[in-house]
Amino acid sequence: MSTELIAAAAPQIPTATGAGGLAWLLFVLPGLGALILFLAGRRANAWGHLLGCLTVLGAFAVGLAIFLQTLGLPADQRTSELHLYSWIPAGALNVDFGLRIDPLSLTFVLLITGVGSLIHIYSIGYMSHDPGRRRFFAQLNLFVTAMLLLVLGNNFVMLYLGWEGVGLASYLLIGFYQDRPSAATAAKKAFLMNRVGDVGLALAIFVLWTNLGTVQYSEVFARVGQLNPGVVLAVAVLLLLGACGKSGQFPLQSWLPDAMEGPTPVSALIHAATMVTAGIYLVARCNPIYNVTADGRLVVTLVGVITLLIGAIIGCAYDDIKKVLAYSTVSQIGYMMLAVGLGPAGYALGIFHLLTHGFFKAGLFLGAGSVMHAMNDTVDMRHYGGLARYMPVTFVTFGLGYLALIGFPFLSGYYSKDAIIEAAASQPGWRGLVMGGAAMLAAGLTAFYMTRLVLMTFFGEKRWKELRSPDGQEYHPHESPAVMTAPMIVLAVGSVGAGYWLQYDQRLATWLAPTLGELQEGAHGAISHSTAAVGTLVLSALGAAVAYLLVGRRPTPVQRPEPVSFPVRAARRDLYANAINEALIARPGTWLSRALVYFDNKGVDGLVNGTAAFLGGSSGRVRRMQTGFVRSYAMTMLGGGVLIIAALLFVRFGTQ
Amino acid sequence: MTTDSHSILLLILLLVPFLGAFVVAPMRTSPGTAKAVALGIALLELVLTAVTWFSYSVGAAATQRFQLVFDVPWIPAFGTRITLGVDGIALVMLALIAVLVPIVMGSSWADKIPEGRTASGFYALLLGTQATLVGVFAATDVFLFYVFFEAMLIPMYFLVGRFGGPKRQYAAVKFFLYSLLGGLVMLGSVIGLFVVSGNRLPAGGTFSWEALQRLSASVPESVQIWLFLGFFVAFAIKAPLVPFHTWLPDAGAEAPIGAGVLLVGVLDKVATFGFLRYCLPLFPAASKTLAPLVLVLSVIGIIYAALLAVGQNDMKRFVSYTSIAHFGFISLGIFAFSTQAFAGSVLYMVNHGITTGMLFIVVGMLIARGNSRLISDYGGVSAITPALAGAFLIAGLASLALPGTNSFVSEFLVLIGSFPREPVYTIIATVGIIFAALYVLWVYQRVFQGPARGDAVLASVAGPGTMTDPNTAEGAAKSTFTDLTAREIGVLAPLVVLVLLLGFFPGPVLDVINPSVTATLHEVGLPDPVGGVTR
Repeated sequence: MSTELIAAAAPQIPTATGAGGLAWLLFVLPGLGALILFLAGRRANAWGHLLGCLTVLGAFAVGLAIFLQTLGLPADQRTSELHLYSWIPAGALNVDFGLRIDPLSLTFVLLITGVGSLIHIYSIGYMSHDPGRRRFFAQLNLFVTAMLLLVLGNNFVMLYLGWEGVGLASYLLIGFYQDRPSAATAAKKAFLMNRVGDVGLALAIFVLWTNLGTVQYSEVFARVGQLNPGVVLAVAVLLLLGACGKSGQFPLQSWLPDAMEGPTPVSALIHAATMVTAGIYLVARCNPIYNVTADGRLVVTLVGVITLLIGAIIGCAYDDIKKVLAYSTVSQIGYMMLAVGLGPAGYALGIFHLLTHGFFKAGLFLGAGSVMHAMNDTVDMRHYGGLARYMPVTFVTFGLGYLALIGFPFLSGYYSKDAIIEAAASQPGWRGLVMGGAAMLAAGLTAFYMTRLVLMTFFGEKRWKELRSPDGQEYHPHESPAVMTAPMIVLAVGSVGAGYWLQYDQRLATWLAPTLGELQEGAHGAISHSTAAVGTLVLSALGAAVAYLLVGRRPTPVQRPEPVSFPVRAARRDLYANAINEALIARPGTWLSRALVYFDNKGVDGLVNGTAAFLGGSSGRVRRMQTGFVRSYAMTMLGGGVLIIAALLFVRFGTQ
Repeated sequence: MTTDSHSILLLILLLVPFLGAFVVAPMRTSPGTAKAVALGIALLELVLTAVTWFSYSVGAAATQRFQLVFDVPWIPAFGTRITLGVDGIALVMLALIAVLVPIVMGSSWADKIPEGRTASGFYALLLGTQATLVGVFAATDVFLFYVFFEAMLIPMYFLVGRFGGPKRQYAAVKFFLYSLLGGLVMLGSVIGLFVVSGNRLPAGGTFSWEALQRLSASVPESVQIWLFLGFFVAFAIKAPLVPFHTWLPDAGAEAPIGAGVLLVGVLDKVATFGFLRYCLPLFPAASKTLAPLVLVLSVIGIIYAALLAVGQNDMKRFVSYTSIAHFGFISLGIFAFSTQAFAGSVLYMVNHGITTGMLFIVVGMLIARGNSRLISDYGGVSAITPALAGAFLIAGLASLALPGTNSFVSEFLVLIGSFPREPVYTIIATVGIIFAALYVLWVYQRVFQGPARGDAVLASVAGPGTMTDPNTAEGAAKSTFTDLTAREIGVLAPLVVLVLLLGFFPGPVLDVINPSVTATLHEVGLPDPVGGVTR
């Protein structure tokens, strides 16, 4: 417990000026939108969606202005802060309501407001038949507000504000279809598993405060070198726990696939492109902490490796188009986690993959939404088939996203994912073999499950012809309206070109260097760069080929084949993650709660009542207790008082 | 002690609701007038409290322990005086009372009064409760505090026992006896303080808080421990801490909603206020020695009551158990001895009054529509009453301390302030936030989400052409399950505004609290565990 701290000089960070001085508009605009839409109620039904879109587009414009202004400055002047007011002042603690504007936060601002705008626009069409459209836009605006606070805050408590704020938005939107019990359960599960992670984040903040006397990024990062290694490792692991909750990483991954109960634009924006990458942001933001703890970084990489494998394996087994994409997201974030765990050799690569993934995975989800729109909201791919001809725009944009995701040469994913695999493989010793090997294997699995998905959806015979949807309607597949296809086209362009553009001349890494440090190349390790690159390509091609042989060349049964081999069974059951949660936590918890209710009614209350009756000399008085028999209560209290005083004396004298 | 120009302000604050109760009580035949007059008095009290708030000088708090002091002799033979005064801690509690009472009245406006009772009686008792609460927070004479501490039982006993639910007699007697017994133990310590001071002061014994505090360092620890325990038992019952808690779920469940809000929202805070005002400054050595015991009871309460809240099927008992869990956080902060934890605990007292009050009121509105307290009698309610569902969710999110709501600021301060000195207890308490999310969201899911369930709900969702016959009881219920009325929105709106305002801008309230908790920490004689950084 340190009462005095060496006042190491924290670097003086300049106050934001110009467009940067308006950075508060970034979160105030969508925040106001959410507030108006929530308060106005049905009156806003006619124009609510337009207000929702305009506020996010406005925030994007502000973000772009700040970005361009910052780009005009020399690299060492691109970090500034904007103090708004003192949020929580108490003694030596002074939590600032302030923003940090630097390359990392601006990158996220553009991603959130850019992809956010596209998905808002898409939702006008997607939600046009839903009576709850205004509520949907209110909640989506709330999400954008919280997400911007998360990435813009200049201290850990602001981060926590945004962190739980996006958790709330996610909870509301997963449970958007309120009458579905499965949606309500999935929403609650997401919030609870996130809260487990949040406990880690909160404890990390407490440890930092105890040891450094501050929660401000600039001050924490300037002094992190003074901490002893055990404390740094503890902080690194606790922060990682928070990151695992938010980003659906092992062991907290099982909420993310269930989150697909929400409307599909939500899956695209929150559960693919932005919110679930907050864990990556957290590790990257805290790079000064992770830089000084090699053990902490190792834990991060292990979580990443385990998760990228889990996601890829389970993704191969599902027939639900959104769940396959969800597990794909779990897996791809695993890649990002692996990257940021590599430290200075990987922070920028993690963010790079995060951005390209933001494009192609959002595009894939919007494409899936377009397909569902055409198929009466059916998500079972066994009911699809042959849709390419009916939905050409969806097919082409989805196809480009697919190619980007599996790392088809020169598309976005090719650059960003291969860079991570190469960096992981070039780690020295067993680490390079394990990490590189796992990442390459998962790349092959990714090619398999995505090829399977595309084949089952867009190719083969039209299996929906002789089917009816659960509500008895016939299928009339049709292309979606322009308000939906336009955002898909924009995202498809990003899926194709963003990777090349961002890696050209190390553009992104150089831009991020003021926040993340220079990107270091791992020179020689277990597996050389060229071997890793070729290996990834070969395995991906193999995965796609196997999918073609198994799915593309023979008809897909409408009924799911049963029984199946053990690995498929395990993958269909999420590798038993839910079963384990159920057996270890949910069921014992339920029993404990029930037992305690019984104990509290019959035990604690009954014990004091019973003691009183016993002291009163007649068990017959127990019944009179219920009518409020005075003396027995007096005895009750006496009994309780004697007990507590005995305990007090024990503590007093027993500890000497 | 000098009495400055505002010195009768606190006396007025005490007398307005006290006399108001006697004005309202006789209006037995005109309930409408009684309600209006009572509300008028409560609003006048709110204005007077605002005047008090602005008369209090934050700048002077560092040098003056109490402000707005009123001081006259009472029983010279025993050295008792009527001494009123406020520090920042008492001031925010007075503000909480003044805000809650008009809201409680508004929420009770349409309540059915039980057979043989009158609205005038109910509203007079609410004003009477308010008067005793003002007294208990404004008293700076230990004996006067004791008198108000006992007096506040009386109106609350009648509120629960006369206007409550089916088992109201049982609940009221249980509440009364638990509290009375705690009070008697405390009386022993109050007298003990007089004797101890008589042995040390040339002028004889005193009940003056300031004089007793100055003496506290000279009292041996063994004596302090016995005196501490007398106060502690009374406060532990009142708070309540586990295992003294079993009266609260009964009282909370049977009390009429308005009384329940005051009982759980304010009355119970007297205990945690008492820890800070009496236990810590008057018995600093005993407080430090016995802190582990209180900390253990606190974290047990946080986890144990949360698990019990999860298992409840009665919504009012559910709210009561969540409160017991929250009290654990407050007492954790108080016995962790740091500026941040103290400030967090005080702010928690205010915030808990607002959020739990709101939760109680919303639950009451739901019960008024569905005619059942049981969670299992509801389902899918948000489809027919989205505004009511939204209000419940806001109160629930504040209850689980979501950042952006008022409760986050206080819970965060308690935890971050407790961690440096008490890491183990703080870690357990922090795990409690998972349970808080579980109990709130699970109730929300069962009542408001999913398919419609329960007679009243089903009757109101059934459209034309369904099996519901409008001539049956179910059909008649259809018209009762409506969304929030204008009156109800008027009751809830100030609470929602406070939840968000104190969530994003707690600064002005913390500025009032901070100097007084710093003074308390100084009286305990401990330095802050974390000094912070020099900027």
